[in-house]
Amino acid sequence: MELTSPQDFAKDKLEAIQDYSLLASRSVANLFRYPRYFADTMQQADLIGVGSLPIVVLTGLSIGAELALNSANTLQRFGSLSLIGQLVSVGMVRELGPIITGLMVAGRNSSGMASELGSMVVTEQIDAMRALGTDPMKKLVTPRVVSTVVMLFFLTIISDLLGLFGGSLISTLLFRVDWRQYWNSAYQILMFQDVLMGLVKPVLFGFIIATVGCYYGVTARGGTQGVGRATTQAVVASSVLILLVDLLATKLLMALFSYR
Amino acid sequence: MAAPPLTFDERHTSTESSQSPVIAFDGVSIAFEGRTVLDGISFRLSKGETKAIFGVAGSGKSTILKLALGLMKPDAGHIHVLGEDVTQMREEDLFDLRRKIGMVFQESALFDSLTVRENVAFRLLEEGDVTEEEVEKPVRESLSFVELEKTVDMFPSELSGGMRRRVAIARAIITHPEILLYDSPTGGLDPVTSTTIVQLIVKQRDVYKTSSLLVTHRLQDAFIMAANYFDRKTNQMQPLPPGMRGEVPMGFLILRDGKIIFDGDVHELAASRDEYIREYIS
Repeated sequence: MELTSPQDFAKDKLEAIQDYSLLASRSVANLFRYPRYFADTMQQADLIGVGSLPIVVLTGLSIGAELALNSANTLQRFGSLSLIGQLVSVGMVRELGPIITGLMVAGRNSSGMASELGSMVVTEQIDAMRALGTDPMKKLVTPRVVSTVVMLFFLTIISDLLGLFGGSLISTLLFRVDWRQYWNSAYQILMFQDVLMGLVKPVLFGFIIATVGCYYGVTARGGTQGVGRATTQAVVASSVLILLVDLLATKLLMALFSYR
Repeated sequence: MAAPPLTFDERHTSTESSQSPVIAFDGVSIAFEGRTVLDGISFRLSKGETKAIFGVAGSGKSTILKLALGLMKPDAGHIHVLGEDVTQMREEDLFDLRRKIGMVFQESALFDSLTVRENVAFRLLEEGDVTEEEVEKPVRESLSFVELEKTVDMFPSELSGGMRRRVAIARAIITHPEILLYDSPTGGLDPVTSTTIVQLIVKQRDVYKTSSLLVTHRLQDAFIMAANYFDRKTNQMQPLPPGMRGEVPMGFLILRDGKIIFDGDVHELAASRDEYIREYIS
């Protein structure tokens, strides 16, 4: 393996951050420029949104159920089993719904985008697109960013609801909590800030997933091996960024809303 | 015998139009990872001319095409294409210029998730509010030019290498661009398919008078182009009559160590005393 000097390493990393920032900002700026690729956006929304639905349904249900199962024992010890609806509700809506959905979609779609665009780069299809007078940023990147942001927003809502449903199944079937009481407490505990926090996060995560996936795709070099490397890096980078941004966003929003 | 491709008047007009180059490289240099690939090269491509670029692998032939399209920026020098300096243009502004240029990539670079119809119609569908029905006629015409009408609903993966190159040519010519850039269009193909592609390039040169840069390893392809013309009556490539050899707008350019060591027509190439060139063409 070739060794690089610390200066070159730092220069490469800074250049990568600069290129990523340019790609991310151009993907947003293209929303206000013609042409707009509505059909491509719809196609991506179908691939990302509808395609991710089974995995989101499965994880949402199981995370809600596991959350209820794990917390029920502790609550039972304090005689507070009736609070299980509140716990699942706040946990799912504020934190687990967005982050689990984000990580799932990142694993599925960030890698998909990196491999698709990476293959297009190494087979000169991106150059061909530019040669044909089409801006790949507008045609390929912006539709993916828009559709991921929009679809992740709705997928997170679905995940939250299914998490609550999974929690209710465990609570009522295993711990004999009243179904109506569960849903009532789950609904009552939620405040505007909780819902807002839970819905801001998927927008940020969706943006990260699409821009990171596209960035690693369009910068892929070195044939099929390079595409494979780009795919792996896209999943790792988007997952790490999601976790970091989640922490920052949670802290920031809590401070903003003077959280209880 | 069929008439030669250009009458005296046509040749006269062609000479006049050749005064203003469609592509002009002036002192262009580019290096990759410290290795100089092109070192201050300058040449002109006249209107209606086809110029074949030769050189050993890695000599920067394909780089010239990518520089002309603005897909790469040179380290030094200026490149004028259709009167515009592509080295000074922003990427956003280059898209309009690129619409006047067609390019056939080395490995065809067809969009593998699109059918042949969608590949060929790509530029038309991107350029404006046209329906798929409206692009059907030009797509059919373009595919008929390369004799591949039957492949319209197929995907690139279902085509042979030669067919993919021909679809790439159909995609490049659908809007009748002012300039065509061919990157090794016959590379890795059997002699019969190569001849078919050479015939298509000659047809484009003689029927549509398109200015072209052609990168190739195969000297014989360029000699065939210099010694033949496209006869519209028979719809076939025909040898030029004796005494008319080389009387087609065909130029040769040879690269060596980042420099242009030859830029001229077939007569000048045959008369060259340069040892490297003599060895190259022998």
